[in-house]
Amino acid sequence: MLSSKASCNSHGEDSSYFLGWQLYDNNPFHGVVNPTGIIQMGLAENQLSFDLVESWLRKNLDAMGLKKDGESVFREALFQDYHGLPAFKKELVEYMAKIRGNKVTFDPNNLVLAAGATSANETLIFCLVDPGQAILLPTPYYPGFNRDLKWRTGVEIVPVHCWSSNGFRITMSALEDAYQSAQTLNLKVKGVLITNPSNPLGTTMTREERSHLITFAIAKNIHIISDEVFAGTVFDSPGFISIMEAAMDRSLENENPGLWNRIHIVYSLSKDLGLPGFRVGMIYSNNETVVSAATRMSSFGLVSSQTQYLLSNMLANKKFTSKYMKENQKRLKRKKEMLVSGLRTSGMECLKSNAGLFCWVDMRHLLSSNTFEAETKLWKTILCEVGLNMTAGESCHCSEPGWLRVCFANMSQATLQIAMRRLRDFAER
Amino acid sequence: MGLLSRKVTCNSHGQDSSYFLGWQEYEKNPYDEVKNPKGIIQMGLAENQLCFDLLESWLAKNPDAVSFKREEQSIFKELALFQDYHGLPAFKKALVDFMAEIRGNKVSFDTDHLVLTAGATSANETLMFCLAEKGDAILLPTPYYPGFDRDLKWRTGAAIVPIQCSSSNGFQITESALEAAYQEAQRKNLRVKGVLVTNPSNPLGTTMSRNELDLLVNFVTDKEIHLISDEIYSGTVFSSPAFVSIMEVLKDRKLENTQVWERVHVVYSLSKDLGLPGFRVGAIYSNDPIVVAAATKMSSFGLVSSQTQYLLSAMLSDKKFTKEYISKNHKRLQKRQNKLVSGLEKAGISCLESNAGLFCWVDMRHLLSSNTFEAEMELWKRIVYDVKLNISPGSSCHCTEPGWFRVCFANMSEDTLKLAMQRLKSFVSSITIDNQTHQDLKNMRKKNRTKWVFRLSFQSFHDREQGER
Repeated sequence: MLSSKASCNSHGEDSSYFLGWQLYDNNPFHGVVNPTGIIQMGLAENQLSFDLVESWLRKNLDAMGLKKDGESVFREALFQDYHGLPAFKKELVEYMAKIRGNKVTFDPNNLVLAAGATSANETLIFCLVDPGQAILLPTPYYPGFNRDLKWRTGVEIVPVHCWSSNGFRITMSALEDAYQSAQTLNLKVKGVLITNPSNPLGTTMTREERSHLITFAIAKNIHIISDEVFAGTVFDSPGFISIMEAAMDRSLENENPGLWNRIHIVYSLSKDLGLPGFRVGMIYSNNETVVSAATRMSSFGLVSSQTQYLLSNMLANKKFTSKYMKENQKRLKRKKEMLVSGLRTSGMECLKSNAGLFCWVDMRHLLSSNTFEAETKLWKTILCEVGLNMTAGESCHCSEPGWLRVCFANMSQATLQIAMRRLRDFAER
Repeated sequence: MGLLSRKVTCNSHGQDSSYFLGWQEYEKNPYDEVKNPKGIIQMGLAENQLCFDLLESWLAKNPDAVSFKREEQSIFKELALFQDYHGLPAFKKALVDFMAEIRGNKVSFDTDHLVLTAGATSANETLMFCLAEKGDAILLPTPYYPGFDRDLKWRTGAAIVPIQCSSSNGFQITESALEAAYQEAQRKNLRVKGVLVTNPSNPLGTTMSRNELDLLVNFVTDKEIHLISDEIYSGTVFSSPAFVSIMEVLKDRKLENTQVWERVHVVYSLSKDLGLPGFRVGAIYSNDPIVVAAATKMSSFGLVSSQTQYLLSAMLSDKKFTKEYISKNHKRLQKRQNKLVSGLEKAGISCLESNAGLFCWVDMRHLLSSNTFEAEMELWKRIVYDVKLNISPGSSCHCTEPGWFRVCFANMSEDTLKLAMQRLKSFVSSITIDNQTHQDLKNMRKKNRTKWVFRLSFQSFHDREQGER
């Protein structure tokens, strides 16, 4: 009596990614109250810079209270225009440009707000792909994509296999292979979705990869969706090059307007600003039709006007955003280095990374066999015996067993130290 | 191969209707008491702007609720990180209590059965995704909210089959109308998955009678289908008969442990009752744990901002406030509705007798040049362009009889409403005079007929309009 979407399990939430979360919820670590509990290292949250935001808030009570210069602007509670609060969109595009070193500029008219990147990604797929068609995704990828991109849209994901042998970089042959696989399965490929900086790798895309993507997208006449939610977490060189910058460098607007109109960016304030609860996501596209359709679809997931009002004020403070960006990157780098050296002490190496809220850790040498069963066993052991909830590579659709994603930005220094100590003890056994 | 999806290219968003055109015209020339006194008065927007002062005064006395503080301690970090799709427990508790209070505490709701969504727009679509898909149909009584075409059908692929209601019995739902709709769906090879009713009704402004509710329960029991009751206007019932929720009917008929219990779902929102459409607070209430589980996961695509959940949990937990708010809201809505009704009367126009909502369902059949939808459109365009009132034509609400219009009253000041009524009165007088002249001319059997001239341009609509109830 229910739809097939409700009754089958295509929401993808039975993977270990969500299981580990559940076990953590039942026995969460707390420095004082539950020091032997499970430490959450599977949550890609940025908790390192709240003090900066809180200090801004304390000085800006009006923005929180829906006031302007002491006068109530509570009527903003009526604002439900799916074009979004103009002041907010203006600040967002300036912030997005700033994160990209002002090497690109964005037009607020091409920006569509959504209730988080989760909503933005799904909406974009609804706009670009029909049920039964496919998009290509490089592996490993964010486990939530199975739900976000496929569940209600009826679209298929075909993986672009990436391997540790070259640092999981996207190659032309991997793209071609994926395309062929789709053909074999009778699936029409409409686009390729990349996450840059990558989740779970924590790396930014190389020039070569960008070049492959663009060449490939031109040849196959498909879309490129660049999920850049981690753009503000790039803390080390090489810097971040947005797909938009790459498109501009190649003068695509003039040289290949077709592709120019098939490039779309997804962004959010959840990772950079650490505000996942506020549900602020967006789609950016040069394609008017996509902007128009996505705007209408955003009715199903608008951003609270209370939140739009608060954040438009915050982002308008350029002094604050500059300070935030710099300090945030510094703290991320420091925490990541702590994790990397802690892991090294336990005999584990990470993929060299320069961004994100996590490291991609090589635990192949700890597997009893080169299989995903062995990986699951290892992951469970680390979860239940060591008390650390990490994310198994298999749940990220990694093509090789033995890699795990370990988050570092959602805990204090002290907690990270405890986690590393536990890991060291485990490794010594 | 199409570049974009079919959903985008085939215009199934339903936003080309006149409902949105009128809005567009309004935006080009909006009335302002001072800056643009000759502009178009917006009477097509079902917003509740009558009680902001109450909300503002509560905010002024409760600054912690907006400063991310709980008992003077900062909980900013907790809220900024909170994205659990089960929702803020304190907010859900306050919300179910509020929903019960609106229903005179004759029913109570369990927070475990409540799913939060970004507005009722999201709630309705999500419920549809859970219950129906391509090849399925939902039956809806006409007239209905124009946005349903987008919300229920666009991305879900489901179909709507209308349950035709007529003015002969005040547009109430009848057994034969239900059956006829069911048969119609069968004829179209569609599998009927349920019935969706809006109670109180948009655009009628009436609460459903117990008889209609009983009929519905019997019908969905017999056909073994779902019943969705969109009760977003439940807090706007300002006069008798009192609001009877579908949940109350099920309880009274002792149907709690029967199969139909799990097939009844309620949609709610704070956009109409509290006048907070910008905050995007909607909810699905269901007794089917599978629906609750699936809808909860789907709510990932439209969660409510934790900042907003926190503010409203504080506000709705203040029982003194909610009691005062509900009572004052009713009084003000009643007073304003009375002003609209009497203003219309003075213009020789009657409405469907109503006891709820933010609008009246107005009978302008006597002003039509002919009993056709073309004539309704002609009249509507005159009212928008010449009288400069944006009202909603019945055809955009899928009404089966021409001549009915939805006119909103709660989104403007008393003075603006007065002005709108004056304009309408003048217009009706002029039509009457013109009709008289026309009659005289006709009587003279002139070959050259007087034609109404309409200053009207059809523009292609760009993406300008909102789904507004």
